[in-house]
Amino acid sequence: MPSPGYWRGIPSRLRLEAVRCSSCENVVYPSRRICPHCHGTKWEPAELSRTGEVVTSTVVHVAPDDFAMEAPYVLALIETPEGARLMLQVTDCELNEIGPGTAVNLEFRRIRAEGNSGILCYGFKAVPAG
Amino acid sequence: MAGIVGYGAFIPRHRIRSEEIARQWGKDAAAIKRGLVLEEKSVPGIDEDTITISVEAARDAVERAGIDPIKIGAVYIGSESHPYAVKPSGTVVVDALGIGPEVHVADFEFACKAGTEAMFVALGLVESGRVEYALAIGADTSQGAPNDALEFSASAGGAAYIFGKRDLLVDVLETYSYTSDTPDFWRREGRFYPRHGGRFTGEPAYFRHVTSATRGILKKTGMNPEDFKYAVFHMPNGKFPQQAAKRLGFTKEQMETGLVVVKMGNTYSGSSPTGLAAILDVADPGDKILLTSFGSGAGSDSFVLQATELLPQRRTTGRKVWSMLDTPLRYVTYGEYAKLREKIILND
Ligand SMILES: [Zn+2]
Repeated sequence: MPSPGYWRGIPSRLRLEAVRCSSCENVVYPSRRICPHCHGTKWEPAELSRTGEVVTSTVVHVAPDDFAMEAPYVLALIETPEGARLMLQVTDCELNEIGPGTAVNLEFRRIRAEGNSGILCYGFKAVPAG
Repeated sequence: MAGIVGYGAFIPRHRIRSEEIARQWGKDAAAIKRGLVLEEKSVPGIDEDTITISVEAARDAVERAGIDPIKIGAVYIGSESHPYAVKPSGTVVVDALGIGPEVHVADFEFACKAGTEAMFVALGLVESGRVEYALAIGADTSQGAPNDALEFSASAGGAAYIFGKRDLLVDVLETYSYTSDTPDFWRREGRFYPRHGGRFTGEPAYFRHVTSATRGILKKTGMNPEDFKYAVFHMPNGKFPQQAAKRLGFTKEQMETGLVVVKMGNTYSGSSPTGLAAILDVADPGDKILLTSFGSGAGSDSFVLQATELLPQRRTTGRKVWSMLDTPLRYVTYGEYAKLREKIILND
């Protein structure tokens, strides 16, 4: 992920800004031009809660280089109360405690560093609630 | 009058016990625990740093303040572990919280008192009318060199305070600062670990500045120790703040709520601000609170604060300091700690 690409994603990565389709009311994250549900093209801004539930998850044992120190880790599809779905890393957890239905909170974390001298990339990860 | 309109704190979930660090270096754990009065300390996850701790603490502060973050006109973060040497932590924090871009941002550094330094400046800007709201954060992922006494205390966490003029949760009644050139603890540019003057960090440094600032603000306000329900002093370990309290005439009861160091360690710039957050979690309207920070180099900031009627209803949201301290996720071994703190040299 080169720096300009990270920069363009700041509203969705750092603030979880999503959009609500004006015709079918579904909330979509990140924002896009055409609604995947009804093919509508009119949107209004939507904010996501910092909570959610695991839809499905997997454990990554062989990680990309920038994530090698974190392996093994859980990657999960999370659905927020607004109905938006996000693919997030799950942190501060045991590998076997995450599965469909696990309630999570979304917390601000460092996602990766671009090597030893590049920029630091931030965003949200899920942590088990409670 | 200006004061605090919102506050929040965040402490990472990993812990390491004093025994585990002592075991690694063949030290006497019982003697360390007795000497430093430290049971365990927080350890940041591999994905946590001063920026992430600041965002989490400030998010609770914004929620408790109930304000639109766009109205925050200044953001100051005090830390000695800013993730970038060049590029302020505050730039990430404002964008994450939906503050700005019409906002003044700066990172502060003054060893362990950079947090109260940020609070001091934020308060002044609000009082002057230059900005409507100002956010001040003290947060650190402190470094202590391996096999140094600091390793038992250097920990991670922080607290955030929003200052404003309306709907105050806490009135700021007075401030006082005391600073001198005292080389008790420092880190030269480019060095990884700080150095310190051993016993020299006590009398001429910590005790002189903490007691002078506290006596100064008591004289300025005409108040006495018994006028306060709570007091919090900077907590480099569990022993120093209790000794300072005793010398100044404060009791164990006034100190115990804010004495988070025993379970949290020394979060440097986040230390006394997190102790204050623990007090605000339980203070009743009208309670007076004394806060005195200490930063090596050296200086102290003192604040006299008073809880308002609004505090109890606003703190129902957000995370409480002692509940974060009482529910650690996991105790790590020294090996895991060395990995999390990036003390192991890896290949590229
Ligand atoms: Zn639609």
